[in-house]
Amino acid sequence: MGALVLAQGDEFVAPGAKDFNLGPIFGEGTFVTKPMVLAVLAAVIVGAFFLLATRNLKIVPNRFQFAAESIYDFGRNNIAREQIGAKDFRPFVPLILALFSFILVNNIFGIIPVIQFPVMSHIGFPLALSVLVVYPVYHYVGFKRHGFVGYLKKETVPAGAPGFILPLLTPIEFLQKFLINPITLALRVFAAMFAGHLLLLVFTLGGEYLLLEASAALKPVSVVSFAFAIILTFLEALIQVLQAYIFALLSANYIGAALAAEH
Amino acid sequence: MLNTQLVLAAEGAPNPVVPHLSEIILGFVAFLLLLWVLRKFAVPRFEKLYEERTAKIEGGIEKAEKAQAEAEQALEQYKAQLAEARTEAAKIRDDARLEAEQIKEELRADAQEEARRIVAQGEAQLQAQRAQIVAELRAELGRNSIELASRIVGEALEDEARRRGTVDRFLAELEASGNGAAGARN
Repeated sequence: MGALVLAQGDEFVAPGAKDFNLGPIFGEGTFVTKPMVLAVLAAVIVGAFFLLATRNLKIVPNRFQFAAESIYDFGRNNIAREQIGAKDFRPFVPLILALFSFILVNNIFGIIPVIQFPVMSHIGFPLALSVLVVYPVYHYVGFKRHGFVGYLKKETVPAGAPGFILPLLTPIEFLQKFLINPITLALRVFAAMFAGHLLLLVFTLGGEYLLLEASAALKPVSVVSFAFAIILTFLEALIQVLQAYIFALLSANYIGAALAAEH
Repeated sequence: MLNTQLVLAAEGAPNPVVPHLSEIILGFVAFLLLLWVLRKFAVPRFEKLYEERTAKIEGGIEKAEKAQAEAEQALEQYKAQLAEARTEAAKIRDDARLEAEQIKEELRADAQEEARRIVAQGEAQLQAQRAQIVAELRAELGRNSIELASRIVGEALEDEARRRGTVDRFLAELEASGNGAAGARN
């Protein structure tokens, strides 16, 4: 990736959106790209991890089981039960757990050496999760519980709002619930991963350029650039976990809101 | 702003906000497969484990509570038994004291009775001896008196009947005067 940029000559070309377009990895003519392979890999890793961890569960857990239980507990209690409520959360535990762990692994790919690509920086993946999975689920359970009209009314006519404001409020509520929420849910994680990866690219490639191409006086500055790249890697680690958490949290929140009796 | 500039600067590059259809489909399918695996295997296993753990912990707590209740019951029983034993001991002690008192009383009564009996016997004996002595003395005195009288008079009072009458008369007089003196003395 860096080699590509530098191959264009001595002039420094700032990394941009084109660096996220990696092209087919099995040569020209095939359409399988690196993020596609990574997404499948993430699904396999998460699935294998939980299958392996739950193969022989003990009442008194060993270290590995304890780690798996901690992740499961986090998705189950801290996200699903908190947001959906102790009465209804059980059917949604697999969904929330899958969302959290799948996005987490895909994000973490961004700082794993050699892999170093956050899958969620390709908007297709978060869109698939939010628009094709979370969006249908929360509206489906909402309609199922409150009935078609009841759910629409609950979602678009907030209780306690004075009548004269409804013509303004109802379209906004409708837009938010039925159009904006799923898009922003995907955009949030996409943008964070895209920007984070771009920042790492800038500092890494910039440092490389300074080290190799700049005049002797400027070469030491590359150390600063690399140092920033390392610091930002830690920051990225934090953001990647946080974004996975936020995605799962908001998904659970939408489901909880759709199920709740009052707006 | 930086992002848009960078995006615009990269001419010919695909817009990152426009999704690839292949990625949407792949992401969706991969996620659904993962979801199916978790829903079918991982989550039920975890939930089963949690239920078992809850049951085990609750069972342990229940057992401990039961043991405690049993221990408390045993303690109550022992306390009750102890109290009962104490009451019984006190009762026995009281009874013993009462009995001892009674025995002492009986012994005292017996002793007093005995003493009285002994005293009475002694008095009776004394009376008898006194009467005997009096009778003996009376006979002796009569004889001595007659002896003395015959000596003084110088003649033998041969007539038994007369002698008896004289002596008896004398003794009666003597007794009458003696009784008068004894009554004055008493």
